[in-house]
Formats: sequence, structure tokens, C-alpha cells
Amino acid sequence: MAAPTVTGELVEPGRGGGLRAVIRRRYLLRLLVRRELKARYKSSLLGLGWSYVRPAVSFAVYFFVVGVFLGVDDAIEDFAVFLFSGMVLMHFFNDALHASTRSVTGNAPLVRKVFLPRETFPVAAYLVSLVHMVPGLLILLAGALASGWRPDPVGMGAAVLGFAITALLALGLALLCSAVNVLLRDLEQAVDVLMVVFTWSVPMIYPWTQVRDNAPAWVLDVYLANPLVTAVSLFQRAFWYPGTDRSFEFPPDLYPRAVAALAVGAAVLLLGRYVFGRLHGRFAQEL
Amino acid sequence: MATSIIVDSVTKTFTLRHARSLRELTVRMARRQSLSERFCAVEDVSFTVEEGETLALMGLNGSGKSTLLKMISGVLLPDRGSVRVRGRVAGLIDVGAGLHPELTGRENIFLNAAILGMTEAETRRKFDAIVEFAGVGRFLDSQVKFYSSGMFMRLGFSIAAHTEPDVFLIDEALAVGDPPFRQRCLARIRELRDQGMTMVIVAHDIKLLTELCSRGIMMRRGRLVFDGDVAVAGEMWREDRRAKARAARSS
Repeated sequence: MAAPTVTGELVEPGRGGGLRAVIRRRYLLRLLVRRELKARYKSSLLGLGWSYVRPAVSFAVYFFVVGVFLGVDDAIEDFAVFLFSGMVLMHFFNDALHASTRSVTGNAPLVRKVFLPRETFPVAAYLVSLVHMVPGLLILLAGALASGWRPDPVGMGAAVLGFAITALLALGLALLCSAVNVLLRDLEQAVDVLMVVFTWSVPMIYPWTQVRDNAPAWVLDVYLANPLVTAVSLFQRAFWYPGTDRSFEFPPDLYPRAVAALAVGAAVLLLGRYVFGRLHGRFAQEL
Repeated sequence: MATSIIVDSVTKTFTLRHARSLRELTVRMARRQSLSERFCAVEDVSFTVEEGETLALMGLNGSGKSTLLKMISGVLLPDRGSVRVRGRVAGLIDVGAGLHPELTGRENIFLNAAILGMTEAETRRKFDAIVEFAGVGRFLDSQVKFYSSGMFMRLGFSIAAHTEPDVFLIDEALAVGDPPFRQRCLARIRELRDQGMTMVIVAHDIKLLTELCSRGIMMRRGRLVFDGDVAVAGEMWREDRRAKARAARSS
């Protein structure tokens, strides 16, 4: 073994960080993501399967209660595909938010003892949710194909846009919530409650036209301003609409709205980075 | 000889927050209790460490030595003043902090080494040495939650002791494991010291520190009171402890 050779300049430890540092240490990130997947998988009999039981049950409940009992599937062709294309996206969003909010507090022993770019923890939790989204997408594709869907270029563009909006928003909120949760532990409970609100505030279980026809105009404006509404609509455009008789009417100005939603997503990401950067210096002493 | 660590008039104040949830916050506000308390853990401390030096940080509990070590590692940031370090810092600050109970020993070696800043190639190169040193060969593929606490600590120590950083920090980690393993740990630390690695060591075993280190810093209530010969610093530590014992008896 050679004597340690001192390299580089004198630097202040603990100042480095940010998303760039996370990418620089992507080997560590990869191991952390794998750890998370393995740990979830090993601790229970059904293993990773549990990650799919919850969405499967929600899907069945929505499909039978809203689709069959409340009769929404009479109004919407291929209701199962309609429902599932929104669910794939929203489940990723909710899962990422749930896991990343707890990611820094959950790694307290590490945060207290070793200096790592702290963004690594929410980013790892976020990537785990992203990995979990893949089987859902495959099921969606299989289901859509079976009910007569064929890919079209506009639809693929819509899918990419819808995913990008959701991914940016989720990453921004992941950074924001994981940092704030260190100082105020109530946030993780609040986030879980909000997940219910998110689920019902997008046109995933019902069509947006219900809001247009039954609520005052200003409610509709507020409703449509939600970037997630746009993202879900784009996913329906991509994976459900081409398989139907194409008589469904999407919210007006869907693509201009998509660009605006993308901008909102980018802004939330910048905000999340800023807040995380301001707070991470206090993590070790607050945990 | 280059300078490895510069600690320049560093002050660290902690705010002890009593309320961490909305419920606690409202209860304490309603009772008009204070929401937080401040105390100064490290006050205006300056010193430099040259490359290859072995420095002992001494002081009774609560004198601020661990806080100082955490600022050198980057886990805590100073409120005032600055800490600067050359090269990679790692250490035995909490062996096993990064060990995950659900993963096997093998998986943990890779993960923990990455946490401490090693690359995949480096870990592969040192893998056998780490396993051999920890003596967990037979259990390499069982989950770490089935390890005895001794094995757990040995694995954690072994990974950390093989990271070969430029600056090595050791905090009370010398008390791990059974006596034979302890001897191996000390031998490893001496080996690293003799290779010229810069080290900062915090421990309560003053005899050991005097033997391992060339220089001692004595801390009292957050302030640096002595910086020099390790034997003198050790003598001051013994005095402090006697004074504390007397105070405890008389009260």
C-alpha cells in the first residue's frame, strides 16, 4: 500500500452538494437504489409484489365502484385503459412523494455520521419509485394493445410531455418535502393525506368533463391549472384515445397548457433545489 | 510538508429545539415554555494539522471534541470561522452507520465502501482484505441482521479501516469488539500512521492516545486550552477528571 498522496486544494468539507454532486457519485446512488429495492423485497413474503398489490386493489375498487356501479364506463369507452393510464402516472407521483419525504429522516444515522451529498437520499427514493413505474407501464401497454390501441406519433409526444411534467414536479417536491420534513415531522403525515387529494384532483377516475358540466366556471379554471391534470390528460391522449372512436374531448388548449405545466415543473424543481440547499447544512444537528 | 487541516477561529452553537411537531409546538407555546435553547459547543478554536501528523483530541464529555471532529468531516458546518481540509476525509466515526440489516455482508461491503467514498474498482481490490480483517468470511452471504453485534462492529470497522483517505478521523471507535480484535485494530491504525496518513483521534483511553499520537489538543467547555505535547495534554485530562470526581463526591 502506498502512502496517501494528498491531492488537490484545501477545501471546506460539507459545502459540496447539489444534484450535480449526486450525479458525480452515481455509483453510490446506484447502490443505494439497489439497497432500497432489495430491502423492500427481502423483508416480506410477497416481497416486491406488495408494491403492486396496492395499485391493483385501488384499480379494482375504482373500476368496479366508479366504472361499473356509478356507470362511468357507459360514458367512456375502454374505461379500464382510461383509468389505468392516469393511475400509472399518479401512482409514480404519489409513491415518489411518499418515499422521498421520509428519505432524509429515514437515513438519520448516515446523515449524522458521514458526509454525503444529502440530495442522494431523496433522489434515490425517487429513482426507486421510477423503477416501480416500469411494470405498470408494461401492463398499460399490454392492456391498451389488447383493447385495440395502436401507437401514433402525436400520442408518443404527449406521453413524453406528460411524463416529463410529472417527473419534474415529483423531483422538485421530493427535494422540498424531504428537507422540510427534517425540521417539521408533521409533513410526512400531511403528505400522506394530500396524496388522497392528488388522486381525486386529476381526471383519472372520472373524465374532466364532469367538472366542466357540474362546477362553476372558476372552479374549472382552477382545476385545469393543475399541471397534473394536464399530465394525466396527455397520458390518456397517448395510451387510451387512439384505441377509442376518438369522440372524446380533451381540455381546451392541451398542448399550450402542457408547455406551461412543464415550466411550472421546472420552477418547482428549482425551488426544491434552493430550499434543500439552504436547509441541508442543518440536517446533522436536527436529526 | 503540506498542511492537511486548517481550523480557523471556529465557533459552533447548537439550538436545542424542544418542539418538532405542530402538537408539541402548540403545547409549549400555550404553556409559555421556551421553544429552544442555545449552547455553545465549540468556541473560537483554531489549529492546523500538518500532513502525516497524528493528533489526539482530548477533553471530558461535552467539551466539544466530537463536534469539532464532525466539522472536520463535513457533517456539521461551523457557524463562524472556517474549516478546510485537503483531500478525502473519512473515518471511524460510527462504524456500522451505513450497514443495512436486510443486505448481506457482501452487499454491505460494497455499499458502505461507496458511502465512504470508494469506487467500485477500489472496493473489489480491497474486498478480500476487508473480509479477512473482519473475520466474517463464512457469513459473507448472510444478511447482516443475523450477525452478532461483535461481527457487525468488526465488519464496519474493517470497511472503514480500508478506505485509505487522506485524512482519517477516529471517534471512540477503538472500543469495539473483543480484545484480540481490538489489538488488530490498533495494529492497523499504527500501520496507517507509519505510512504517513494524517489522523485525528478522539478517545477516552489516554494511555493509548499518548502512545499513538505525537500531539495533543485539550478542550474544556468548547475552548481549546492546550495544544502541544501529547503527554502534557494527557496529564491535563487526568487532572480534569480528578477535579470532576471530587466535585461529584462533594456534592
